Formats: sequence, C-alpha cells, structure tokens
Amino acid sequence: MQRDGSPHAFCLGIEATADDFSVGILSFEGTVLANVSIAFMSETGGIHPREAARHHAKVAGTAIIKAFQKANIGSQDVAVIAFSQGPGLGPCLRTGATAARALASYLDVPLVGVNHCVAHVEIGKLVTGAKDPTTLYVSGGNTIVSAFGGGRYRIFGETLDIAVGNCLDVFAREAGLCQTEGKPFGAIVEALAKEGEELVELPYSVKGMDMSFSGLLTAAVRSLKSRKHRLEDLCYSLQEQAFSMLTEVTERALAHTEKREILLTGGVGANRRLQTMLKTVAQEHGSRFCRVPTQYALDNGAMIAWTGILGFKHGLITPVEESFVRLKWRLDEVNVPWVEELC
Amino acid sequence: MLIKKGAEASLFLEEWQGQKVVMKRRLPKKYRLPEIDRRIRSYRTIHESQLLHHAKQAGVPTPTIFLIDLANSNIIMEFVEGKQLKQILEQLPPDERRDLNRHIGRLIGQLHHDGIIHGDLTTSNMILTPSDKVVFVDFGLGEKTVELELKGVDLHLMKRAYQSTHFRFAKDCFRAVLEGYALVVGGDEAKRVLDKIREIEQRGRYISERRKTEQ
Repeated sequence: MQRDGSPHAFCLGIEATADDFSVGILSFEGTVLANVSIAFMSETGGIHPREAARHHAKVAGTAIIKAFQKANIGSQDVAVIAFSQGPGLGPCLRTGATAARALASYLDVPLVGVNHCVAHVEIGKLVTGAKDPTTLYVSGGNTIVSAFGGGRYRIFGETLDIAVGNCLDVFAREAGLCQTEGKPFGAIVEALAKEGEELVELPYSVKGMDMSFSGLLTAAVRSLKSRKHRLEDLCYSLQEQAFSMLTEVTERALAHTEKREILLTGGVGANRRLQTMLKTVAQEHGSRFCRVPTQYALDNGAMIAWTGILGFKHGLITPVEESFVRLKWRLDEVNVPWVEELC
Repeated sequence: MLIKKGAEASLFLEEWQGQKVVMKRRLPKKYRLPEIDRRIRSYRTIHESQLLHHAKQAGVPTPTIFLIDLANSNIIMEFVEGKQLKQILEQLPPDERRDLNRHIGRLIGQLHHDGIIHGDLTTSNMILTPSDKVVFVDFGLGEKTVELELKGVDLHLMKRAYQSTHFRFAKDCFRAVLEGYALVVGGDEAKRVLDKIREIEQRGRYISERRKTEQ
C-alpha cells in the first residue's frame, strides 16, 4: 500500500451538497478511474433537503461499491478520503460527511474537507487543460464569476439573490413543466426556447459585476400568468436576458483580470445558447473558451477527489473534529496553495 | 487608436477639432440579440452622458462631453491624462493611500448627496491626474436616484472591488472611503448607508456571520 503521493496512490471523493450523491476515484496524477453519481429526483422539481439526505443515505453504499468496481482497485489502495464540506444543503452535506468519516476511519486514512466551488474550478482545469481561467460557475445553487489572485479564487461577480439555474427551474415549475431522468428543467426550457420567436421585455439587472435574477423571475412568471405570451417566447426571452447578463459580467471580469481563458462549468453550462454567447466573447478577446464536459460540470465525486488530492499534497488534512459541514462556505474564503501565481 | 477594450465599451484616442479626445464607443455585442443589444446600448449612452454632466454639477470631476452620437452609441469626450487608481493604489505609502481613499469617499458622498449612483465603482474607473485630481469615469451603469438601497449597492460594489483587486488593503481602503463619505453626507446618513451595506451582504448566499448561527 502506498500513501505518499507515489503513482499507485488513489483518492476517493464523496460529493453530496444537493441532489446528487456521487463518488469519484482518482489517481494522484489526475486520472479519473471512477465517477459514479446517483441523483435524487423529484418530478415536481426542487430539492427537499431531508428527503434528498435520506436518498443519499440509502444509496451511499451502492455508489461507493460501484465506484470501487469501476475503478478496479481495492479499498487498501485508497490513500485519502475527500468529501464536500460545503457550501450546500445541511442534511445532504452531513450525510456525505458521515459516509466520508466512516470510510476514513475504517480504512485508517486521512480525511480532506473540500470546498464544493473550488472543486468545480479545479476539475474544470484538469479536464479542459485551462491554466488560469476566468470561471463562470452556473448551477441551480450557484452563480459565480471568479478568477485566481493572491492565493485564492476571488469572486468578481455573483448573484445578489437566487442562482440562475434556480431562476430557470422555478420558472419551469410555475409553467407546469415536469422534469424526468436525463431531462432536467434546464434542458426543457432550452428546447422550448429554440421555438421562441418574439422577445418579451423583461428586466435586465446587472449591478457592476453582480447580477440579480429574482426580479427577472418575478417578471417572467407574471408574464406567464398573464397568458399574453407563448411559453416558447417566454423561455426564449428568459434565457436571452439571463444569459446576456451572465455573459456581460463574465466579459467584464475577463477584461478586468486580463486572463486568457474562460471556463464554463456547472449544470447551466450545458446550455448551448450560453456556450455560444461565451464562445463569442472569448473569441473577441483572443481568449480560449473551455467548457467543462457535462459529467464533470454537474456535481460529481471526481472533482472532490481531485481537489482532495491537491489539498492533501499540500498537507491540508481535515481532522475529524474539524470536519463539520459548512453550509455557507464561500469560494473566496479558501486558500488554494497549489495554484501557482500566474498573475 | 484603441486605448482600452472594455467589456462594455471601447475607448479610442482620437484627434477631434484639433484636440485629443476619447471616443467611447458602445459597439454592438454579437453575443446578445440585436433587440436587447440596442436597448442596452442606447439606454447606457444617454444615461452616461447625463450622469457625467450631473456629476460635474455635484462637484465631482468627470471628463467633459463634446459630442453625443446616439445613432452609433458614441460619446466624444475630453481625454483625461493620468493613471488609473488600480495601477497606483498599492504602491502608495499607507498614509497617502488613506488620504486618497478618503478623498474618493468624499467624491462618492457628493455624488450620492446629489442623487447620483455611479453603478460601477471600481479602482479602474477612477483616474488620478498629474495635478492630483481624481476624475471619475464610466457612468455607463449609473442611475439618478436617492434610494438608500442603490447607495448601499454602489458602495458595496466599491468594497467588493477592493476585496477582489486590492485584497491586501481592502479593509483599510474601504474604511477610509467611508470616513470621507461620512464627512460629506453626515454621520447619520453614512450610518444608514453602512447598515444598508451590511443588509445587502446578509442577503448574499454564503455569509460567514450567518454561518456561525446556523452551525
């Protein structure tokens, strides 16, 4: 058994911040051996934290065993256990953390608590080859524009209220749409938006680098209830408006930080229209557009494992007594000593 | 000649009527729909011109406007010699930095006192001239309002700009800004705005103060 960062060391990462319970296994050089996700799904949308946590507790064992089978390694090959320590939904985080603590103490290996948002950026860099990007991280729970500076990922712009994915989800739910496995609300709205023709006027709310989506959602829902517009036109207008805001802020951050890459990650990053907008901006600024492939853009265990490895190599071990979950752990509170100063 | 390619507009250094001028062009953004694009560009061109003028009336130095070309979303204005605050702030000795930030706070106070919200208060948008004047530029996201909420958001942005760009001195810088601000708007109003900033921060998604009570 090797536990010192040599080629045969592996890290198992557990992600459980919201609706996904996911286990990833990576080698210390960054080869993904397994990335197994089991999603909690409710047709009506939304995540009930306790129901999701119950789901996670039920599937945790299966997911871990599947990951080991897929990676084709034994538990004795695992040198570190990493887990998402926050931010996220309390009950979900606690379930993941409990599984991680149990595994770490059973296998007698160190535990590394990982910031979920940092992990999104790190796996994005690993799989796309981006070195020092301006990152747009957009999901159901987060809307963050960040870039590295002075030992941390600094937040240049974020939502002042709800996440953009949340805005799209709630709108879809209000419209009576139902999501199914493999077809989340975001994808349904995107498909409807493609049939949109008429632009409905909705508020555009960019305040410097920050964005607000709650007013946009309210206005869109109000237009929906007025029955004056086609649903397709509303989806189209909502997307165009929200994504224009995201792209504007990302472009501002790119211009301000003078970075050469745009990294797009998070579930909303799967939207083609958003990708196109960002690609256009990247081209205009002579920057590279890097989109994180969906399996690594959604919440996943691989990103936790990889960030755990980076932390572990820098001695960032989390003692069990400090492994409590951090519901509101900001991206810019975390030191990332493994990122070389490029700026 | 292109001098700055911003996210929102590009600045060109041009010769116009025998003098050096800056032409601020809001070029169409290909990424967004033409309808949305037109609406945003013309709205911002008109408002920026008005606000630059109002700011000057409030005693805050801004570039003088020579010509507004609404059809193309262009503003031709005075070229301000000097350095962006972003470039020099960190090199200053602490007491000079404090004084400069206090002065900036005073200028922001004058704007707010006259109901002007800058909308994008960052150290990139302030220019220190050789004669030690601080000139505020880029009012493209500004608004005319006396709403407490927007004053709070405006200053919150300034704080965020310090935290992201000048994180080593963020606390001291922002404190000095608030001191200068209070001198102009008065202690009571400054307190109201400061409370508003705190409230805005509490609305943010991941707040350490709130976290402590949730654990």
